[in-house]
Amino acid sequence: MRAAAPFYTLNYMVQYSQSRFDASFAALSDPTRRGVLEQLGRADASITDLAEKFHMTLTGMKKHVGVLEQAGLVTTEKVGRVRTCRLGRSRLEEEAAWIERYRQLWDARFNELDKIVEELNRKEKSNGRDE
Amino acid sequence: MDATNEGDAAPANSRTKAERRSDRELVVTRTFNGPARIVFEAWTRPELMMRWWAPKSFGITLLSCEADVRTGGTYRLVFGHPGSDQPMEFVGRYLEVTPPTRLVWTNEEEEDGAVTTVTFEEKDGRTLLVLSDLYPSKEALDAAIASGSTRGFGEQFEQLDELLRTMSADGGRA
Repeated sequence: MRAAAPFYTLNYMVQYSQSRFDASFAALSDPTRRGVLEQLGRADASITDLAEKFHMTLTGMKKHVGVLEQAGLVTTEKVGRVRTCRLGRSRLEEEAAWIERYRQLWDARFNELDKIVEELNRKEKSNGRDE
Repeated sequence: MDATNEGDAAPANSRTKAERRSDRELVVTRTFNGPARIVFEAWTRPELMMRWWAPKSFGITLLSCEADVRTGGTYRLVFGHPGSDQPMEFVGRYLEVTPPTRLVWTNEEEEDGAVTTVTFEEKDGRTLLVLSDLYPSKEALDAAIASGSTRGFGEQFEQLDELLRTMSADGGRA
């Protein structure tokens, strides 16, 4: 009766049913970007590593990573002169997004519950008049 | 932690608020236009719960709802969802049922599940509902959050990859 477990599956629908779907799909439509995701699935990497691996210029790879980052598929973090890329959003962003999905589930439930409360209210009032 | 109102944060005018109140607790609040006994009734009569627990907009359906709503009683909810042929089952036990102010139940479909407490506070004919999911540890709540995050999406990327390959192959033939 809890929200957490349904999210495991709900997550997919909610995450991809909204505007993010477009961004994700656009990001994934490019073979290099899919390759980058595959690569980051194995290990975090710097933009320089990725540019070398995919035989691209730094500027070209930065653009690809930027698209993935916009879609929420990749997070980057700059430490010193190196920008490291990894899969997914940052932990804090993930948590905020998860809590928002949790809130949306309860909000959707409560919107339905509102109708039932209204109905029971009406019923109670009309019964009151009958008595 | 104050991450709840940033990034993907809720619209400020939403009537439903949710926050991580501590390392191991999530809290949801909402006010209803009715007395506590009516709101409580909608949480404790299975035929009423069936009507709101699985909102249509979330693509899930509640296949069955058995609930023996009294202290020590058990419940069993079965959901269907388009992502899987297997229905999902949720089970637990009511630790406290105090009409019309307080409900407490366990969530036992998986280890380290939360204990859910719902309180109904009536004021001027309206009811403030506060729902708390209290996990046994910070690790348990972190794990629940992580299980729904995009980090576990490797498999779905593979499926999407497969789909895109199929689509481009079809395009080639056409």
